[in-house]
Amino acid sequence: MDEFFRMPSDLQHSYLGLVGWHLEEALVPVLAGLLLSLPLAQLCVRFPRLYPPVLWTTTVLYAVPSLAFFVLLIDWTGQSEVTVMIPLALYSLVVLVPAIVDGVRSVPEETHAAATAMGFGPLRRYLQVELPIAVPAVFAGLRVATVSSISLVSVGALIGNQGALGNLLADAMSYHRPELAVTSVATTALLAVAADALLVLCRRLLTPWSPDRRRRTAAPRPAAVPAAPAVEEAR
Amino acid sequence: MIRFESVTKRYPDGTVAVDGLSLEMPDRSITVLVGPSGCGKTTSLRMVNRMIEPTGGRILLDGADLREQPVHGLRRSMGYVIQHAGLFPHRTVADNIATVPRLLGWDRRRARARSLELMERVGLDTAMAGRYPYQLSGGQQQRVGVARALAADPPVLLMDEPFSAVDPVVRKGLQEELLRIQAELGKTIVFVTHDIDEAIRLGDMVAVLRTGGRLAQFAPPDRLLSAPADAFVEDFLGADRGIRRLSFFAASGLELTTAPVVRDDAPAGDPAGAAADRGGAPYLLVTDAEGRPLGWADPARRAAGDRELVPYGRTFEAGRGSLRSALDSAVLSPTGWAVGVDGDGRVVGVASQEAVAAAIRAAHAAGRYPEAEGADDADARDGGAPEGTEPAGVA
Repeated sequence: MDEFFRMPSDLQHSYLGLVGWHLEEALVPVLAGLLLSLPLAQLCVRFPRLYPPVLWTTTVLYAVPSLAFFVLLIDWTGQSEVTVMIPLALYSLVVLVPAIVDGVRSVPEETHAAATAMGFGPLRRYLQVELPIAVPAVFAGLRVATVSSISLVSVGALIGNQGALGNLLADAMSYHRPELAVTSVATTALLAVAADALLVLCRRLLTPWSPDRRRRTAAPRPAAVPAAPAVEEAR
Repeated sequence: MIRFESVTKRYPDGTVAVDGLSLEMPDRSITVLVGPSGCGKTTSLRMVNRMIEPTGGRILLDGADLREQPVHGLRRSMGYVIQHAGLFPHRTVADNIATVPRLLGWDRRRARARSLELMERVGLDTAMAGRYPYQLSGGQQQRVGVARALAADPPVLLMDEPFSAVDPVVRKGLQEELLRIQAELGKTIVFVTHDIDEAIRLGDMVAVLRTGGRLAQFAPPDRLLSAPADAFVEDFLGADRGIRRLSFFAASGLELTTAPVVRDDAPAGDPAGAAADRGGAPYLLVTDAEGRPLGWADPARRAAGDRELVPYGRTFEAGRGSLRSALDSAVLSPTGWAVGVDGDGRVVGVASQEAVAAAIRAAHAAGRYPEAEGADDADARDGGAPEGTEPAGVA
């Protein structure tokens, strides 16, 4: 069993060190992507004509292989983890921007009108009404972005062992230690599942107002209410 | 007072939503804007809080042009109720109601106390304060919507088809609640609906708009029913406006007789007693010891010991009811006689269909508003109109 967790010395990391590094390389880009997506999505909501070109651009960026990004970036950022994280952040935009746009657009027209009529200015309305109501949709996007980012980090192994757990795959071949590949794949999968579960938990805590399945049985809606389209998690 | 001076809204594509609308909406009364879809009623309402700006004319609030007032402050001084309530799904009932007070900078405790006070006023259990909108029925959501609009005690209330999305029973309850609240608070209410019955029921003044945003008629509901300005208004009012107009005539002028009324524990009396002794009624109305109606009885069979009663149908309130409710009672009664009761449900007297018809003729002949001002369906105007806001006063 020890064989699975005995790390080759060229990696300069313990197993747990690799896990921590992997998480950092995966999650920092998602966070950066979120910070970039929020204003970008808001622009798309305010100026709907902007949305198609923005969507098109994020899709094209997503289609660029990471190796191509590495070739472009290596002149500036070298064989570093930043080189790995920049493409990952750009990739996350393809899910986050539409998720936030859809979330903000999901605010019911009458809720939007009521907020305006009560004297909310545009910024206050965005922060206090639109964004909170968009939380379930934003989290649906975050879950996809996070899981995909966690799996994509491994490719950093191509630029001088910058792939955290992915580096184990290369070493598995160099040192003929297939168990390292198992460790790499199993740990990455586990991290993805755990991160996803954590995001679901966060969303539940942030949206006590959302009628999800568990709550619906606890507090049934009176029959007189037309079933409002529930904001479902994108699975 | 809200005053529209030849207000026009023309969109860049040439569509005219509102065309030269001039109106005066009196203070402390309900002005209803009613019309088919595309008549510009919602546009007109939204111009009052400047969610839509007119392209021509101007709107004055207490003599001041709306355009000279800061928009957010203006909106915070006007309650707004919208179809489907438009509650914030992510905020609790109490927080929803406290929205405008919080925007105005009230501290948390004062805003919360105000929320609870308003929940009681609109007939919501304060135990619901911590609930989220999805846990409420449509009717409860709309009550929260009304409470939220009233939170900062604005002098003006704008209501955009607030009760259209709830079922008829709930709608009736909400309408009664609105009239009750209005009797207590006396707000200047602008109310938009496509439902002419709702307009007649709630409005002190009713503006009928036609497609293209032109005013067809602006009048108190009684005048609308008795003298529609043109074929469009007449058509919009529907077929039975004559019957509906009776809502505005008080039943107090109707002559009631107690001759055929007997208490259940009274002796059977003379079986062959002449119909004349019963005020012409072919049947006896039997009441309990408190005077509440039990049912009609055939005098001959009752004298023979048969205690069976015929249901009395529906009663009307003799003091505050309208001739419409009296007529309804007479039509529904299996004997053709209407049963008038007091506020506690005790029989005041009965009247035949002929007597009701005579009262209707007399009311029409009088050709003016009923003596009991603000009289309406007793159950429609529970509590009556507040002093000084009766429809007659604003003509």
